[in-house]
Amino acid sequence: MKLLRVARLCTALLLGAVATIASASSADEIRVSHAWLRILPGALPAGGYATLHNQGDQPAALTGASSDVYAQVMLHQSSVAGGTNRMRMVHAMSVPARGNAQLAPGGYHLMLEQPRHPVRPGDVVRLTLTFADGSTRAADFVARPANAIDAGDTHSEPAIVTKPQPTDHTQHVD
Amino acid sequence: MLEAMNTIRPRFAPARRLRLLLWLSLAALLTLGGCQRSPLPLRLTNISGHMPDLDFTLTDDSGKAVTGADYRGKVVLLYFGYTHCPDVCPLTLAQLHVVMQRLGAQADGARILFVSVDPARDTPPVLKAYVNAFDKRAIGLTGTPRAVEALSKRYRSAFTREPGGTDDSYAVSHSSAIYVFDRAGHARVLATPSASHDDLVHDLHLLLDDGATP
Repeated sequence: MKLLRVARLCTALLLGAVATIASASSADEIRVSHAWLRILPGALPAGGYATLHNQGDQPAALTGASSDVYAQVMLHQSSVAGGTNRMRMVHAMSVPARGNAQLAPGGYHLMLEQPRHPVRPGDVVRLTLTFADGSTRAADFVARPANAIDAGDTHSEPAIVTKPQPTDHTQHVD
Repeated sequence: MLEAMNTIRPRFAPARRLRLLLWLSLAALLTLGGCQRSPLPLRLTNISGHMPDLDFTLTDDSGKAVTGADYRGKVVLLYFGYTHCPDVCPLTLAQLHVVMQRLGAQADGARILFVSVDPARDTPPVLKAYVNAFDKRAIGLTGTPRAVEALSKRYRSAFTREPGGTDDSYAVSHSSAIYVFDRAGHARVLATPSASHDDLVHDLHLLLDDGATP
């Protein structure tokens, strides 16, 4: 009798878990890698970069970020048109289902302003990423020197990304 | 051409003679102008003769008044930007640093001139700390808005303060080009931030070798 009750409980828990997976939030499905900050001297704004992997079947969108260390964090996009470089605030960067999107130099990036204390290369700064569905997740960004060209964990020749290139590992319909 | 000259006979009609004379003068001019030195096999956009020589009156990052003539003898990489630009300006300067590293000891013959298009916020000390964080051969330049605009216009570059920002926080759209000048201050190469490091290193080698031993 007791055993039956335990089995029932387990089933309920399992069903609950399945239900949670089925309605997983963006934050649950996004993995963050190569996260780094470009630290400029003084209190100049820093640039934040990372690769977002969406493991879910639903497209996700990054809408912003916040941090205890920086008073203001904004999602920006750099672009070059007609030889002129522009930077503008954007409301979201989409991450395709089962695909990737990059916050990369020359493209989408986070602009972090007004550090509350000096951040030095080698420090780790925790940011809270916010997604379009309201979910959030924490990610650790490694502070790198001004003249860094990438997260420092690869040795590949860096490429300037002028627009985000969703590179997917599996099938993905545009 | 010499053969043609030998066949000239005084019996030619005056009009035809004049025409021949004109052609010969043109050929002589071309020889003088074009073949004085063979053109360098530059890989990036060659702007030799299409842009004016390096000339400006600005303030360097140690607060000293400088002109274009102060950088004669150096190969100059001129780039417009501003320190509150957290993405593309640092990216470009970081890439120029990589290029300078690849030039090795020869890089001492080159200077990166980072001209601020935001002179209101970019004081010499701010600029100095900024450019030094990228490369020790980089120099920050600032000046009156009029002087900065004059230099920018000289190279058909433009910059605009973007509307919508507050007094302390605003973005400046600006040209992404890198202008390269030879040791004599002549404009030679136009590069974009997406230019390959190999091509930039190649062209800088040519310009640094050229005129290194006068």
